[in-house]
Amino acid sequence: MHKIAASTIDWDAVRGDFPILRERAHGHPLIYLDSAATSQKPRAVIEALRNFYEHENANVHRGLHTLSTRATEAYEKARRRVAEYIGAASADEIVFTRGTTESINLVAQAWGGKFIRQGDVILLTVMEHHSNLVPWQLLAERTGARLRFVPVLDDGTLDLDQLSSLLTPEVKLFAFTHISNSLGTINPVANLCAKAHAVGVLALVDAAQSVGHLPINVRELGCDFLAFSGHKMCGPTGIGALYARAEILDSMPPYHGGGEMIVSVTLEKTTFKKAPHRFEAGTPNVAGAIGLAAAIDYLEQIGRPAIFEHDSQLARYAAERLTELPGTRVFGPTDERGALVGFVMDAAHPHDLTTFADQYGLAMRGGHHCNQPLMRRFGVSGTTRASFYFYNTMEEIDRMIEILQAAVRFFS
Amino acid sequence: MIPEIEELYQEVILDHSRRPRNFGELPDAAVLVHGDNPACGDEINLAVKFDTSGGLQDIKFTGRGCAISQASASLMTMKLKGKSREEVLEMLHAFHDLVTNETNEAPKKLGDLRVMRGVRNFPLRVKCAMLAWRAVEQALEQGVGEAIVSTEPA
Ligand SMILES: Cc1ncc(COP(=O)(O)O)c(C=O)c1O
Repeated sequence: MHKIAASTIDWDAVRGDFPILRERAHGHPLIYLDSAATSQKPRAVIEALRNFYEHENANVHRGLHTLSTRATEAYEKARRRVAEYIGAASADEIVFTRGTTESINLVAQAWGGKFIRQGDVILLTVMEHHSNLVPWQLLAERTGARLRFVPVLDDGTLDLDQLSSLLTPEVKLFAFTHISNSLGTINPVANLCAKAHAVGVLALVDAAQSVGHLPINVRELGCDFLAFSGHKMCGPTGIGALYARAEILDSMPPYHGGGEMIVSVTLEKTTFKKAPHRFEAGTPNVAGAIGLAAAIDYLEQIGRPAIFEHDSQLARYAAERLTELPGTRVFGPTDERGALVGFVMDAAHPHDLTTFADQYGLAMRGGHHCNQPLMRRFGVSGTTRASFYFYNTMEEIDRMIEILQAAVRFFS
Repeated sequence: MIPEIEELYQEVILDHSRRPRNFGELPDAAVLVHGDNPACGDEINLAVKFDTSGGLQDIKFTGRGCAISQASASLMTMKLKGKSREEVLEMLHAFHDLVTNETNEAPKKLGDLRVMRGVRNFPLRVKCAMLAWRAVEQALEQGVGEAIVSTEPA
């Protein structure tokens, strides 16, 4: 049933894989348009977690008994699965973390702590999620480094004309998002990485909004770091990964200290394991990693090209329909966009809209979406965001429009 | 229409949010409080002038935000103008109880403010309703000059 082109996939059957989508909210069928915050989970992932706890649960890399061997194998297999999924050269380039936020903090602390000096510059963009901004502010405070930002144009794309003048010799890292979680902008990652590399700058990609939505190959993109979260791609919460090119990862000092990451410890001194284990102190989220691998299996069965085709169709349709509503401003690019659309309506504040919509079973998000500087750039305190995944339908978007029309009538 | 929505957004509230009363500057204010609700981006600038015994002689606000925060500020300024310090504090506590407590009591002394009781069904909106009240509390504490207050204490 799950084939390559979006048009040949039975999306209703796919939707049936998600038990939660049969829930009701306030007596209405749930319309879940908040997948950019977290995606829902297919039965395959829920079952994988259950299977792990029923048949394999033990600590990893420690016990010599049967279950520990099973758990360790499953955990390391999950690492290989993640590596394949993003086209990494080796599983040793994958560090399991709690998610995008921790992955970026790991780079800021371990890599930044070692390589960033006073006067160095980290180049970011105005559209970064706070998790790709605050860790760098903290690093800058500790080291005396400076931050610099690529501006965002009115259409929600990056001002690439400024890039070459911003990429001066002091810049050591260019960290940017693949898809904006507020605007839906899809940044030209390969091009940005190439521009950075041309002047000897490393590139970090925040793939939180993209990794579950479109094909990603880190070697084709040419990034040095890639950070993402499992929970936005059908996986469990509390698991994610950092990809770092082997050579870079090997050069980085430990991040957290503790068990699991050591070769030998005396009271005075410790020798650390090699990457990636050096960066995984303590008992890791074993079940989470296994759930993430199950999510990857599930997504690959459908195929990311088909997912992208389906999701971007929904997003474009939603953006079009929204512009038909009176007094509505839609943010982000009009041609190609990721699976979300942010907007404001004269009739009502985002919080009033989302409260209103929720009473009809429609889940959207209102607020600044951890993008306060970007909101300021566009002169708003927040937006309403509808975000989509392959389990959403055109009919749900039509229903969203009806509910928003009712909101306009109610609030004006 | 859905009852919870009708209760939350009563006509009076929508009216105050569209046409807030006591909206504007107060040139001879004794104290100016900037309040914000960083989670929502709601903002209020509350200006207060005291009478000789410390009561609220005049009170005005400007700001932007959701219907709940704007209507709450508007209704509050109408209610508090001319009230003594003690009355204001008493009202503050009664209002807080009104929008948070599960009990169905709505003290008579709150008068028009009772239209805000629907907020109790929406725990995430309590901060919106309380923003103006946090600002007036800060104004009393401060007495003179400028102050800031946030629904998310740093
Ligand atoms: C673009 C982007 N970066 C980073 C994050 C942070 O992800 P997490 O909270 O899973 O660490 C998010 C999600 O909220 C996001 O949308």
